[in-house]
Amino acid sequence: MTQLERQQWDVVVVGAGGAGLRAAIEAREQGARTAVICKSLFGKAHTVMAEGGIAASMGNVNSGDNWQVHFRDTMRGGKFLNQWRMAELHAREAPDRVWELETWGALFDRTPDGRISQRNFGGHEYPRLAHVGDRTGLELIRTLQQKIVALQQEDFREFGDYEARLKIFQECTVTRVLKERGPKDDGGRVAGAFCYERESGRFFVLEAPAVVLATGGIGKSFKVTSNSWEYTGDGHALALLAGAPLLNMEFVQFHPTGMVWPPSVKGILVTESVRGDGGVLRNSEGKRFMFDYIPDVFKEKYAESEEEGDRWYEDPDNNRRPPELLPRDEVARAINSEVKAGRGSPHGGVFLDVSTRMPAETIRRRLPSMYHQFKELADVDITAEAMEVGPTCHYVMGGVAVDSDTAATRTVPGLYAAGEVAGGMHGSNRLGGNSLSDLLVFGRRAGLYAAQYATGFGAGAARPRPDTAQVDAAAAEALRPFSAQEPEPGEADGHPPENPYTLHQELQQTMNDLVGIIRRAPEMERALEKLSELRVRARRAGVEGHRQFNPGWHLALDLRNMLLVSECVARAALERTESRGGHTREDCPAMEREWRRVNLLCHLADPAATGAGRSAGGPDLARTGDHRARPSRSARPLREGRADQVPRRRGAPVMIGCTA
Amino acid sequence: MSGYTAAFEVWRGDADGGQLEDFEVEVNEGEVVLDIIHRLQATRVPDLAVRWNCKAGKCGSCSAEINGRPRLMCMTRMSVFSREETVTVTPLRAFPVVRDLVTDVSFNYAKAREVPAFVPPPGVAAGDYRMQQIDVERPQEFRKCIECFLCQNTCHVVRDHEENKESFAGPRFLMRIAELDMHPLDAAAGAGVDRRKTAQDEHGLGYCNITKCCTEVCPENIQITDNALIPLKERAADRKYDPLVRLGNKIFRRPE
Repeated sequence: MTQLERQQWDVVVVGAGGAGLRAAIEAREQGARTAVICKSLFGKAHTVMAEGGIAASMGNVNSGDNWQVHFRDTMRGGKFLNQWRMAELHAREAPDRVWELETWGALFDRTPDGRISQRNFGGHEYPRLAHVGDRTGLELIRTLQQKIVALQQEDFREFGDYEARLKIFQECTVTRVLKERGPKDDGGRVAGAFCYERESGRFFVLEAPAVVLATGGIGKSFKVTSNSWEYTGDGHALALLAGAPLLNMEFVQFHPTGMVWPPSVKGILVTESVRGDGGVLRNSEGKRFMFDYIPDVFKEKYAESEEEGDRWYEDPDNNRRPPELLPRDEVARAINSEVKAGRGSPHGGVFLDVSTRMPAETIRRRLPSMYHQFKELADVDITAEAMEVGPTCHYVMGGVAVDSDTAATRTVPGLYAAGEVAGGMHGSNRLGGNSLSDLLVFGRRAGLYAAQYATGFGAGAARPRPDTAQVDAAAAEALRPFSAQEPEPGEADGHPPENPYTLHQELQQTMNDLVGIIRRAPEMERALEKLSELRVRARRAGVEGHRQFNPGWHLALDLRNMLLVSECVARAALERTESRGGHTREDCPAMEREWRRVNLLCHLADPAATGAGRSAGGPDLARTGDHRARPSRSARPLREGRADQVPRRRGAPVMIGCTA
Repeated sequence: MSGYTAAFEVWRGDADGGQLEDFEVEVNEGEVVLDIIHRLQATRVPDLAVRWNCKAGKCGSCSAEINGRPRLMCMTRMSVFSREETVTVTPLRAFPVVRDLVTDVSFNYAKAREVPAFVPPPGVAAGDYRMQQIDVERPQEFRKCIECFLCQNTCHVVRDHEENKESFAGPRFLMRIAELDMHPLDAAAGAGVDRRKTAQDEHGLGYCNITKCCTEVCPENIQITDNALIPLKERAADRKYDPLVRLGNKIFRRPE
């Protein structure tokens, strides 16, 4: 049995981005002692990268806006695969979540009458995005961070200890959600989290009856991505390993506009606000090609001519919006097609131009960080010339299947998920600006219900206790990369240790090339073969040096998560034989009516496998199965959303085998 | 421009000491210093410790000293150096080393906690906040801060005088006080917090002698000295030396 430091908390929040911090604030305000654990320094989370804004139907700029319109836009953008109840809660509660930020010190850009300004964005009928220039995510993180500090100051006044009721464990990583020892291995309740501290390499256990996953996305499994190193699918994998299934993982959003040149910055995001504020897309022939790509469902909402589109910026009531502002999946596919047809820019993108649309001074004021980013990183002055842009992996719509109201996972008592790691809210495609509001709405809900659940136990013996066998297994698994040169028990010797950086690069290339923006069945089958090869090799991922702040070690541990999640994406993508939102099949190009009724659930065939020896480096994953679930008849009737309820374990599961 | 081989010196070590290690490493078009550090990790020294997140100048994690100058590694193009030049990368000097290029920046988080938070105006409901753009623009400039702590690292008040850390918040957090002081709706005064006075008395504003080193290294080009520190000093001084305020303080001083 491993001797470790153990601490007792009520709620443990994994991740300190928008959802994690909002959950922590809520849990603490509900009276729960709350620990936040994050991989980076406090305040560095990926949320800072969000640029354009936060969608909320406050109606400050166009009073025609209300939650119903926001709800409809969200459902339409998601191609009606959204969990309708989540989309409803999101649209209803987003304005309150934004206004609340102001009471914590946030400073949004203003309208002339002093209210919060709102800007246009793809797929949103009205100007809806509260923003601060093009650094809205930074404002959100800083505001939440400072609210946490404010709560800590309260505790300092009351208890003489800043961390009495709310503590941030920064630069720490959770490798396993721990459960109690149950009669059935996958039936137990959450009991805590197994963690290591980057600085020292020390292991520790946070015991808590409730764990909120708020770990963000999976983009680091792809080569061209706008995501930071933290986006290794940790929460997705932690949920799977704890026995909670993932929903609709095939839906990965490729943002239409990432930088394409120079190579070292390929993938870095170019905010959608460039288009929201008037930027246009042109191909190498100078043509505004988006007019050729308006799908029938959007025909009535989008301009038919450049003149009409241009007039819309000044007079939105009598004109329709330009097609550059179609939802992201449409624009990304259009760019991909233009480049493929040989009408791309010199470095394989298309041109995004604001220089001919706005005065230089306006561009610098409205898009300061874009101006700065292109100037510094690409020697391009966006006030004088066009940018070259192309699709970049940006967001995963799929995620942990949760209850719409409480953010609780459906199968593991005490486990919650909010933000990008949770699935369902955005259906098959997310609208820009709906992510920041998602973080706040469901971060708050997760914190609220996790706190209620956790404090219901009191402080006494009723609390679930982590199974010591799981703790020991987690410690052995985390140490495995230091002894990678030794053969696995029962395995032949003769393989040298693998370099985790090389494995990571191969994974990124595989996902990018074979499960990318346009998908084909044979390629995805090849991807699955490659992934299972990588999984075997990842067991031998070895590291040099010691446990103190060792990035090679950290990556070796993150690989397990990336490989698991990538396999779910590939498997679900192969299974869904249609094109919808963020999932485009060249071999099944149409959106199929019957698929609208289907959600795909991925779960580990053997979630209880925690054996230290074999599971190290890569989990002892025997099979990943997809539950292809049919909707139940009893789902709440709402015209468009009816089919979207994930039934609780109804319908015949279709298991798809996969060799370990 | 095609690829070439550059000479790098990277500091490696921990709290007990360390040294510069030499590397010859490939450089390609458009790359930044952080790309080179990543190449070293992937091919030569997998355990080379470095902090980074976004690689786009937005998170402020990859702060280091490059040829002695505090900079973000992700925003330092290799093209600013000549091909013959040796590029030296060392950890931030004002903070204790953890390992290699990673330093212990907890000083900054401790100081952040000492600045009293925003106080919402009493009686104004959420949703009823009204502010003019022109009034929010001043504090908004300071909220562009990405907390890279380069200003904290370069400020000679702490860089050369470890003993000042106790009583000096540093440019980042003096700027935070200025930001709150300029917030159109901050109600700290009504709650008994005099931001200007505490800046002077508790956060060491007086140590700053406006050499503008902080402004020079700010990757967000925030005019820390001109727009935050000097106005804060003026406001603090106005109060301190205003004859009426002084008289009032003498007459109405409450017994401690």
